[in-house]
Amino acid sequence: MMSSAVWTSFATILRREVRRFTRIWPQTLVPPVITMSLYFVIFGSLIGSRIGEMGGFSYMEFVVPGLIMMAVITNSYSNVASSFYSAKFQRNVEELLVSPTPNWIIMAGYVLGGVSRGLIVGFVVTLIALFFTDLDVQHLGLTVAIVFCAAVLFSLAGFINAIFANSFDDISIIPTFVLTPLTYLGGVFYSIELLSPFWQGLSKLNPVLYMVNAFRYGVLGVSDINVAWAFVGVLVFIALLFGWGLHLMSHGKRLRH
Amino acid sequence: MTAALSIRNLEKTYDNGFQALKGISFDVQPGDFFALLGPNGAGKSTTIGIICSLVRKTGGSVSIFGIDIDRDFAAAKRLLGVVPQEFNFSQFEKVYDIVCTQGGFYGMPRKLAEERTEKYLKQLGLWDKRSTQARMLSGGMKRRLMIARALIHEPKLLILDEPTAGVDIELRRSMWTFLQEINSQGTTIILTTHYLEEAESLCRNIAIIDKGDIVENTSVRALLKTLNREVFILDVRETLDQCPDLGGFEGRLLDENSLEVTVEKGQSLNDLFTRLGEQGVAVVSMRNRANRLEELFVSLLAEERQEGEE
Repeated sequence: MMSSAVWTSFATILRREVRRFTRIWPQTLVPPVITMSLYFVIFGSLIGSRIGEMGGFSYMEFVVPGLIMMAVITNSYSNVASSFYSAKFQRNVEELLVSPTPNWIIMAGYVLGGVSRGLIVGFVVTLIALFFTDLDVQHLGLTVAIVFCAAVLFSLAGFINAIFANSFDDISIIPTFVLTPLTYLGGVFYSIELLSPFWQGLSKLNPVLYMVNAFRYGVLGVSDINVAWAFVGVLVFIALLFGWGLHLMSHGKRLRH
Repeated sequence: MTAALSIRNLEKTYDNGFQALKGISFDVQPGDFFALLGPNGAGKSTTIGIICSLVRKTGGSVSIFGIDIDRDFAAAKRLLGVVPQEFNFSQFEKVYDIVCTQGGFYGMPRKLAEERTEKYLKQLGLWDKRSTQARMLSGGMKRRLMIARALIHEPKLLILDEPTAGVDIELRRSMWTFLQEINSQGTTIILTTHYLEEAESLCRNIAIIDKGDIVENTSVRALLKTLNREVFILDVRETLDQCPDLGGFEGRLLDENSLEVTVEKGQSLNDLFTRLGEQGVAVVSMRNRANRLEELFVSLLAEERQEGEE
């Protein structure tokens, strides 16, 4: 397929993905904003005022970067998982499979669709956070880079989840039993310095910890972990998941007979 | 001349061990209107699935206008349009978006995709429904939507899997006219259908597939010539209380104004009318009891199964 045709195909998939989640915005954009607003009010404002400082910052300042990252991660993941699985379920994924669109473009289109929703939700949550605290971003480039990489990584994970899924239940199992625990235990609400050495060591096996802390470093300038390693880890996982997704697509896993 | 579709020794064995295709071979020439017939589970949809990449073959080769799908599937796909048997579009998208988006998947610039979308939605009588969600369409409209979507990149080979299933007679006829028009403009068409009248009316060549094997591959005309007998229903003006003397023809009285007569190969209908006329019976109309191709289809499959049992 010629490069201009490939680009057109990619842009078409992305346009359709953005059209999908903006068409159903009460289901896709409003709920995460409401949920995060409640987190800000309850954890940041009501409980946070009694906790005092964490990592040298007010609890509200500390928790905001983690909550923004949590919103980006969950929305990127769920967008691709539900959109691609719906396309499988309604069989309209066949529109793409019978076309000359290469597999990597199909993946890239869906993933960037998930990234778009993650970033839009993250942006809106950031605006709401400004009602509760000031955000004086310390490293803008790094902040944007890590949030983009995290969105890509979890969009890819959502895509793979959708390939394997045989029912709508299958696309809620991973978010419920894997993603949510990893996020809650990934240093969103606390610094791992509060934990004993054993639990600190265990926490460092959690990939979400690296993304939350890298993002927090970008915003506040403090982190529990080495930010360079966070980027290396995220990029390695992106490469691995992209390769795995491509392998599944080229073998037609649960897409072709 | 390079065949529009060339299939050689095509095999498909599913993971559960079921052999859906046992090494079938056939060609479809450019410009042809070709019927692929067979009973349920014969292997028609598997064959189409392999051609359009939704089913992975386990043996053999497929070429579309000389392009082997194993060598350059993307190039082959650009020449191919497929209308599947089951609805496979997003039920929540608008008609216009479904068709126009498909153009994008084929790399068509947006403006061209929009022009073609308008052209085919108008031709298929869906332009007024362009802003309607697909789930709100009737069954016939959904079928036409899939045809419009398959035509957006103007393929040289169009494959339709049961395109008129569940469509009322009037709409079916208008779809036939539409398909004949695009065939006359040069598009090669392959059709699978359960309506054998459809195949007889539209198609020039035919392959019959049963249990994963091709049991017949010839022209519709040649196939019909092999028909040894036809059964006609004759409506007569007079009220009859018993079957008239039909001479050498086999027949029976269906009701007081109609006869069922079997005409063997070599017998003349003129002889039948003469004999009836001599007895004062006037025929006001006549029709085939069943579609001619249907009779052949049934007898071919019966012969095949009988040979299989032997």
